[in-house]
Amino acid sequence: MSEFEPKVVAFVCNWCTYAGADLTGTSRIKYATNVRIVRFPCTGRIDYMLLMKSFAEGVDGIIVSGCHPNDCHYTSGNFQARRRWIVFRNLCDFMGIDIRRIQFSWVSAAEGAKWADVVNTTVTTIRELGPYTDYKKVANYFEKEVSHG
Amino acid sequence: MDELKKRAKELLETGAVKVVIGYEQGTGNKTRAAFIQKPEEVSRLIFDSRCVLNLAVYLNKPEVKQIGKPAIVAPIPVLRAIIQLASENQFTDDNLLILGITPESKFVEFNKLADVETYLDQHLIEIEARDKEILEKLDKMSVEERWNFWVEELSPCFKCYACRAACPMCYCHRCTVEMNQPQWISVPSHQLGNIEWHFMRAMHLAGRCVDCNACANACPIAIPLNLLTKKTLEEIKVSFGGYKPTLTGGHIMSTFKPNDKENFIR
Amino acid sequence: MSTDKRLVKKTSLDKLFDSIKQQGKTIFAPKLKNGKVNYEQVERFSDIATDYIQTTQSAKVVAFPRTEKILDYTKSKEGIAVVEIDLQSISEVVIWGVRPCDAAGFLPLSAIFNWDTKDIIYNTRLEKTTLIGFSCNKCDESCFCTSVAGNPGGTEGSDMMLTQLGDNGDYLAEIITEKGKTIVDKNPDLFETAGEIDKQKYLADVPVKFNQTEIKDKLANFFENEIWLQQSLRCIGCGACASVCPTCACFDIQDEEHGKRGSRVRCWDNCGLSIFTLHTSGHNPREYQSQRWRQRILHKFSYMPERLSVYGCSGCGRCSRACPVDMNIIEHLTAIQEA
Repeated sequence: MSEFEPKVVAFVCNWCTYAGADLTGTSRIKYATNVRIVRFPCTGRIDYMLLMKSFAEGVDGIIVSGCHPNDCHYTSGNFQARRRWIVFRNLCDFMGIDIRRIQFSWVSAAEGAKWADVVNTTVTTIRELGPYTDYKKVANYFEKEVSHG
Repeated sequence: MDELKKRAKELLETGAVKVVIGYEQGTGNKTRAAFIQKPEEVSRLIFDSRCVLNLAVYLNKPEVKQIGKPAIVAPIPVLRAIIQLASENQFTDDNLLILGITPESKFVEFNKLADVETYLDQHLIEIEARDKEILEKLDKMSVEERWNFWVEELSPCFKCYACRAACPMCYCHRCTVEMNQPQWISVPSHQLGNIEWHFMRAMHLAGRCVDCNACANACPIAIPLNLLTKKTLEEIKVSFGGYKPTLTGGHIMSTFKPNDKENFIR
Repeated sequence: MSTDKRLVKKTSLDKLFDSIKQQGKTIFAPKLKNGKVNYEQVERFSDIATDYIQTTQSAKVVAFPRTEKILDYTKSKEGIAVVEIDLQSISEVVIWGVRPCDAAGFLPLSAIFNWDTKDIIYNTRLEKTTLIGFSCNKCDESCFCTSVAGNPGGTEGSDMMLTQLGDNGDYLAEIITEKGKTIVDKNPDLFETAGEIDKQKYLADVPVKFNQTEIKDKLANFFENEIWLQQSLRCIGCGACASVCPTCACFDIQDEEHGKRGSRVRCWDNCGLSIFTLHTSGHNPREYQSQRWRQRILHKFSYMPERLSVYGCSGCGRCSRACPVDMNIIEHLTAIQEA
């Protein structure tokens, strides 16, 4: 297990968290390199199927982050997203998808240090949880060549 | 029931409607949808506890629309579906007549969709005790146990999409499963694709599902997939104060409150 | 070969099962789950469901699985490297408890898969499959094998057919093919000699509902008829009927891609779904459900007998049982005959 390097994908909004992550870099704050950032116009655009697909393609953890409430560039995208996350997270849990592997956060363009912290704690959590084998097993249907009735 | 038949006959005779969508006796102990177009055929109409198909599913079917203005026999779940569909601009007062049936199997005619909405205030969606018990049992399981439960339940699904076809809320001309640029959900049926399909279905029905159980009743292999939508109903009750179909006021998942409560966002 | 008849004691049935299992074969048998009986991989004799008319899904899943890999591919600068499915890896399967209509369903299925190009994968799977049939001692209102040239004790398609001689009775075993004979040869003690037995009286009485030849003739000039719309008005356009049908063979080919590698798979398709005929342009030649319903009936009762000399229906009644809106095929075919 000591060999395990978590693969984490971060879906972030363009206006706050992406800029915040940029600030983390320009501020020369070091943080875990396990994260791959994918930039979206707004958290409201982050379809939950993207999260499902990420697990299917083999990530061990996911970060979803955007503007703080009332700070959305499009006024209400993050409010809409929050509602969806509430239902999404609950349904994930009900279906046995490990919600400890999905971290939601608000990181503004000024919070470079917070971004580093969000990434670091998420990576630490995932490192403790280990690889997401349950999902990988199901996603790897190539192993079985047939699914009978 | 006689009252309903009498009214249906009248409506067809006067030409107020072109078709009465109701229930009739089917094969063996089954019931089925009936599309009565002649006054003398209203005697075929029946209603009893076996009539669980949600007839609202036919309101969007092109061939049924082509017949002309329908009257629909509507027990509570159908009434709910009608209001939800009307709120999604699927039809208006002018192109539908509603022959309601109360939980006591009494006939009640509605002249306006707004009246149906008011009537439904007395019949809010309550998850049945039997289903609640199953939900609680699942809640008590560990994450791994729940995962295994769903993998086991959903693996046999061969994607006939009977659940989708039987659902009055699944009326999209092009469903997400049929999108291939990008391909969100695998076309072949296998464990992963099945989980994704049923997850997606439940998410798309969150805040719209009227809890009629048509999906689970339609499943040829009896997958309890209505548990997923029931769970979203529960969560919506806890987080957003519950769901009831309304003609105005927006939908649960396309509206928000600035002070929506959660405890998981850092 | 002439049919060899033997007797299997009721108490020996589990020994026969165990013996087949010990030979390393995968056994599919009817199993009860969520109140429905379906073919599943079965490890113990006691897991097999006994009280059922018919499984929800047909036995075709063994030779024509709902999803099967055809090949793997990897893309690189040098080109695309393809690894085809290893036919040797297909395991020997025994289907235990096949009903006569299910076994008979393999004939039209094989006719389709060998119509033009011989489908090697399907043929290999079927070659490696042994069908142990159990004839029917009861039926329900959806059964109509006798209307499509079958019967509740029919041996066509099966390798061995067992008929229980009365409730709690022993079994008459009819050894139909070489594969069936192999089972007897491996378990000589379990197969006793049988005297003259008339199995007919132990079989279910399935009434004849319609005449398929008459229907076929009628359908030749029936394309434009209002009956299609009438019958399909309540059809909601799902694929339950085709998915459970023992003779429905339509499939789709899909590439399941992950980055530079992927698999090409064959999976079931359903003519009842509107997307089945949808063109890229947006045009759909079968725009309405009535046209899809017509296609389903014509294909099975007109096109197939015309082109393949075999009807596309074995009378199992699964489509009627699985249909969420009670599209009863007997009723509809009878109406067509009488129209």
